[in-house]
Amino acid sequence: MGIANSSAGIIEIGVNKNEGDFSVALAGNPNVGKSTVFNALTGMNQHTGNWPGKTVSCATGFFRGRERGYVMVDIPGTYSLMAHSAEEEVARNYLCFGEPDAVVVVCDATCLERNMNLVLQTLEVADNVIVCVNLMDEAARKGISVDLGLLSERLGVPVVGTQARKKKSLAPLVEALDRAPESRKPFKIKYSSAIEEAIAAVEPAVSRRAAGKINSRWLSLRLLDADEALKKEISDYLGADFFDMPELRLALVKAREILDKAGISDSGICDEVVSGLVSAAEDICRGAVKGSGEYCAADRRLDRLLTSRLTGYPVMILLLIFIFWLTVTGANYPSELLSGFLFGLQDKLYGLSASAGAPQWLCESLIMGVYRVLAWVVSVMLPPMAIFFPLFTLLEDSGYLPRIAYNLDKPFRLCDACGKQALTMCMGFGCNAAGIIGCRIIDSPRERLLAVLTNSLVPCNGRFPTMILIITIFFIGTAGGALSSVLAAAALTGVILLGVLMTFAATKLLSKTVLKGVASSFTLELPSYRRPQFAKTLVRSIFDRTLFVLGRAAAVAAPAGLVIWLAANVSVAGATLIEHISGFLDPFARLMGLDGVILMAFILGFPANEIVIPIILMAYSALGSLPELGSAADIGAVFAQNGWTRATALCVILFSLMHWPCSTTLITIKKETGSLKYAFLAAALPTAMGIIACIAVTEIARVTGFA
Amino acid sequence: MSDYFRLDRIKPGERAVVRELKAEGGMRRRLMDIGLTANTGVECVGTSPMGDPAAYLIRGAVIALRSRDCADIMVEYSRGD
Repeated sequence: MGIANSSAGIIEIGVNKNEGDFSVALAGNPNVGKSTVFNALTGMNQHTGNWPGKTVSCATGFFRGRERGYVMVDIPGTYSLMAHSAEEEVARNYLCFGEPDAVVVVCDATCLERNMNLVLQTLEVADNVIVCVNLMDEAARKGISVDLGLLSERLGVPVVGTQARKKKSLAPLVEALDRAPESRKPFKIKYSSAIEEAIAAVEPAVSRRAAGKINSRWLSLRLLDADEALKKEISDYLGADFFDMPELRLALVKAREILDKAGISDSGICDEVVSGLVSAAEDICRGAVKGSGEYCAADRRLDRLLTSRLTGYPVMILLLIFIFWLTVTGANYPSELLSGFLFGLQDKLYGLSASAGAPQWLCESLIMGVYRVLAWVVSVMLPPMAIFFPLFTLLEDSGYLPRIAYNLDKPFRLCDACGKQALTMCMGFGCNAAGIIGCRIIDSPRERLLAVLTNSLVPCNGRFPTMILIITIFFIGTAGGALSSVLAAAALTGVILLGVLMTFAATKLLSKTVLKGVASSFTLELPSYRRPQFAKTLVRSIFDRTLFVLGRAAAVAAPAGLVIWLAANVSVAGATLIEHISGFLDPFARLMGLDGVILMAFILGFPANEIVIPIILMAYSALGSLPELGSAADIGAVFAQNGWTRATALCVILFSLMHWPCSTTLITIKKETGSLKYAFLAAALPTAMGIIACIAVTEIARVTGFA
Repeated sequence: MSDYFRLDRIKPGERAVVRELKAEGGMRRRLMDIGLTANTGVECVGTSPMGDPAAYLIRGAVIALRSRDCADIMVEYSRGD
């Protein structure tokens, strides 16, 4: 049972929350180790829930303190509660309207003063706040000392120091939460006298409606600086007629007069508020934080290697090749083991169910249909994912990904887009649906749409195995050896780079047509490099990502297996359904250098790209069920018998790179953009590009005689 | 007054102090959120492979800014440097 905060429609907590449990919002700037704190506290008791309305994935987790249980909500990282991006809006809305029992603000000890901005703003909306100064060890290494007692005294709330990587150091945080409801007097900022006067004029009218629901001083201040997006949230929360109250209207007019007299314009309020925050942050840290956060020499050296004119791009490409090489080589052997095991099990299963007296058609459809496709998906998918996802998570943890966005910002700007699109593109390697959710980090709605619509042009993990297999069979040779795996990795990297190029092309095309506009401003934090935690990363990424994605693929593959088995075994007018469909598609598919079976496989693979190759093989073999996964050479032989040439293989790879996104991705696009039109465009654009590319390759192959 | 110049004029390794923010609206708030307010010290720590954007050390964190956005951030060289 989840609890839903109906009044604001903010969040649904997926974990059980019992009477007496506290909901705790975990806030913080980006890159302060917030997730590390979250993971260390909640361990495996996590649930990624959907936020109604915005469909934002937001992790919630449960842990138990001495006094009570805590449901912790990991809200998106944000610098400020004056929201800019959709993601920051989510954070702001939960803090302001989600009525959490407590808020933990995680700060980076190495730049505490800049983190104070969010702490002070949080103190304005919530009373039960605990400041968690994380990365104390890193600060100590940089010669920064933090006087936690003095900070706590000045802020009027508990301040604890932690090193989230050492789980033990989180004990004071849990103790502070256990003591939470004790009375405290949080520090409140004093603004200039004109603003204070204006607040005083509005506050009585506001508190009449807001009392007990939301801090009326904070709300009054927000009404003065008139944030339109926030106004909507407020009227959702307090009732549509809130802004129609005559006394509030009067009070706002009066406040405006006060501000006019002091010469403060609408935008001037914002400036005054921000400079009030900045000077308060300076006052609070003065004497309590010693030593300044210099950008350390090691980071500077790494940056010179990873982002310089000469080495920036080559290093990026070499890293990509290296990651794919590890994936390709590492996945080979476990893949064979798994398939040997799973297909061995199949005969036993068959024998078992036959001896149990199940009718033959049932055994056939369940085992030859459902089980075989499942076994295929698991043995082909699991090993590469179990290697790729952890490697990718290591890159994420080390702080390299923002450097990719930094390196690629200029090309994206030339396409009138945002450099952060590079980050969402990288997330797309794992799963396009995840990449599309990730687009929320982009501030400008137009640039966010560009990133959403072009995301599927980088291949996700469901498509890598297909590409690797075909590259190995047709372009590298299946003889094996160290060199061939390097070549396969390089070829796959080539395909990825083509995908990136196509992303640029599609982005530019969209900005010149349906999403006209110029690039907006861009700010991106480049966090300090951190040594990734190998063991934890491995465990987390296997549980969080690998099993999740595999589970989804399997859930789709099982019914698909049944459908395919039926289509291959039900005959109408002397031919099976598969033969009818592929025959119908064949003429068009030939234009694209494919055949009817391949195109049908892509269409049937709509729920999950992983099952494209199994369907092709099943349709080719007259058996009516999926053949056992032989070696790559066996599969190559089947392809060759059915007329595949290298040109065919190239077209399959190209079409795999550029066609409609899978159903999960399209549903995500529909949810994120709120528009069927954009979901359609996101499918039509890559499909059109794929068709054109395939036809072009086929024509060139025909003219030059390449096969 | 006229000694102020755009932030992107400072080269890697050079330091300056913010004197005036000319940006408006959302960008102004964004810049202030990342700590770029009057009298804040800034150091350029490097540029990306294509020369733009560049990375600046601002209040202990490194932030990448495009040269075009820097046009609205007026600075002068810090004294005694």
